[in-house]
Amino acid sequence: MSTKRKIRIVVAKPGLDSHDRGAKVIARAFRDAGMEVIYTGLWQTPEQIVETALQEDVDVVALSILSGAHMTLFPKITKLLKQKGLNDILVLGGGVIPDEDIPALKKIGIAEIFGPDTSTGTIIKFIKKHTQKTK
Amino acid sequence: MVTKIDGGKKQVFDEHKLSEIHKKHKNWKEKTLPEWISKHPERKNSFHTSSNIHIKRLYTPENVKNIDYTRDLGFPGEPPFTRGLHATMYRGRLWTMRQFSGYGTAQQTNKRFKYLLKEGETGLSIAFDYPTILGLDSDHPLSLGEVGKCGVAVSSLKDMEVLFNGIPLDKVTTSMTINGPATMLLAMYVAIGDMQGVPREQLGGTTQNDNLKEFHAQKLCIFPPEPSVKLVTDITEYCTKHLPKWNPISISGYHIREAGSNAVQELAFTLADGITYVESALERGLKVDQFAPRLSFFFAAHNNFLEEIAKFRAARRLWAKIMKERFKAKKPRSQWMRMHIQTSGCTLTATQPINNVIRVAFQSLASVLGGTQSLHTNSFDEALALPSEEAVRVALRTQQIIAHETGVTDTVDPLAGSYCLEALTNEMEERAMEYINKIDSMGGVIAGIEKGFFQKEIADSAYKYQKEIENKERNIVGVNEYAVEKDWIPIKLLRIEQQAEKEQVDSLQELKKKRNNKKAKQVLDKLQKAAEHDENLMPVIIEAVKAYATIGEICDVLRNVYGQYKEQIII
Repeated sequence: MSTKRKIRIVVAKPGLDSHDRGAKVIARAFRDAGMEVIYTGLWQTPEQIVETALQEDVDVVALSILSGAHMTLFPKITKLLKQKGLNDILVLGGGVIPDEDIPALKKIGIAEIFGPDTSTGTIIKFIKKHTQKTK
Repeated sequence: MVTKIDGGKKQVFDEHKLSEIHKKHKNWKEKTLPEWISKHPERKNSFHTSSNIHIKRLYTPENVKNIDYTRDLGFPGEPPFTRGLHATMYRGRLWTMRQFSGYGTAQQTNKRFKYLLKEGETGLSIAFDYPTILGLDSDHPLSLGEVGKCGVAVSSLKDMEVLFNGIPLDKVTTSMTINGPATMLLAMYVAIGDMQGVPREQLGGTTQNDNLKEFHAQKLCIFPPEPSVKLVTDITEYCTKHLPKWNPISISGYHIREAGSNAVQELAFTLADGITYVESALERGLKVDQFAPRLSFFFAAHNNFLEEIAKFRAARRLWAKIMKERFKAKKPRSQWMRMHIQTSGCTLTATQPINNVIRVAFQSLASVLGGTQSLHTNSFDEALALPSEEAVRVALRTQQIIAHETGVTDTVDPLAGSYCLEALTNEMEERAMEYINKIDSMGGVIAGIEKGFFQKEIADSAYKYQKEIENKERNIVGVNEYAVEKDWIPIKLLRIEQQAEKEQVDSLQELKKKRNNKKAKQVLDKLQKAAEHDENLMPVIIEAVKAYATIGEICDVLRNVYGQYKEQIII
């Protein structure tokens, strides 16, 4: 991977949740921070998200979910990513996710969970820090 | 305030008094003000509302000199209803305290409903889960993990029977937040009423049934825009003829605001949607004075206290004008705007969540001072989870404290005549009207949806709002100011156990085996024909739900006829 390559990131909305305000705001913020952003739109199955990640050759998958279905959908996504050999992709979660679920989500390969009130700057900083290692 | 209601002069203040005020104001600006400001500078260079309305340092009679009292404010219970919908407002009956609720199985939500009624709630409001809202059965593969999570799961009439077990429909009114499958849920409600022996003309409540705002904001769409509006109008027509106490639509700004719009956009886009529904009902051959009195509205109450109150007052006045001038409505009730308000979910913070109690209190106070008919107060834990029983009780108590302790309910429209509030009310109305003219000139709401106009406007405002927080141009207490190291929350958050999904799926599959499948199939075929022939679908959908056809099955038939909504992605 060339060091000059821009960070490529897919912002995805898994499941039936339609709260897309956060996903759209974060997608714009990533773009303004110089990243290449692919926004999937709503109602993505885990298979569709992983396929997009593969096709678009992304460094980061950012999942936004506010419906409460994260414990069902996130593990499917990380499992599929591993099956496809996409072990280097940084996977992030955001939305309404209770603190008590976070340790289990980290265990299955979600690098960090960003709850409500997180500034876009904090997330961008985290991404920059954790994608540089792989380059 | 010197009022001159009669006597030829239309202004509230006479010319002589105004010129005296002007002179003294000029003097103040040249002497008192600079002297003070030179020693005590203001906190900011300029002050703005969420809609970027410039807030003046001081409002005087000069800012409201063009108000014609009888034309613009009038009296409560009379057009243009600026001062309120009813002659005595809350001195007579308080607003309906209606908490939006639903989670897990129908049985769990039935229990929550009974708890809320026992605690003094005066109307029910159902939150459905995502599969139900999107017209999918609980056992559909896409429903996995979502059943009962964001609301109660209802796939068939059987679930609705459990949901209303022990709740007599002639004693309570029910609001249902349902849009794409609104015909089906209303049909189920009618069926429950029939089972309980309640005459249909006594059934009271509301179906949200506002599909247009789904395209702008909430995106929980099943069908493309045109058939979606057709279904809305089916309900309007059916209710006009058979359910006189039912509000067929709740024309909603709430979701537009929550998706990120500002107050002016919320007001303008909601009224533009309202205009579209009226036009559609007129095209169907209904007379405006037949259906207009039962149209209802739904707004958000956000943080900016004065702007929100102005928005509610301006909304009533503007709608009255639109109904009278644009649609030639004759009856005063065809010009009135009844509204439900919910405090703004997107203003709740996950950090220092107990502060949300205060936010909700101010937002509800704005709603009451704005003259709402019905109110939902959010619970302080809602940025973290669905509300716990304890948090819901505090939310309900907030309304009860405003109603019984603050005294603001003892007189009608107590803030009328405030120079600032009246000036803001005028400005909200003018700016909303500019947007409505713009939407008209682009060919109306459906054309605007196709152009991506609404989504773009909302996304731009949402991004601007977030930037303002991050640049500290907008302070959010406990988030970008006054943060603390250690947070606390005095309650245990509600968790929806996975067990609810399993129970729901099992019971649905059992129903699909046990019901008279031949009959269900026959009614679904009949529905297909009715949809192809563009008939009003309400009667056949009532038949279908009574045969225990599921929401997924009914929507599948309609998806075949109408096609499916495809999201237009606009960042």
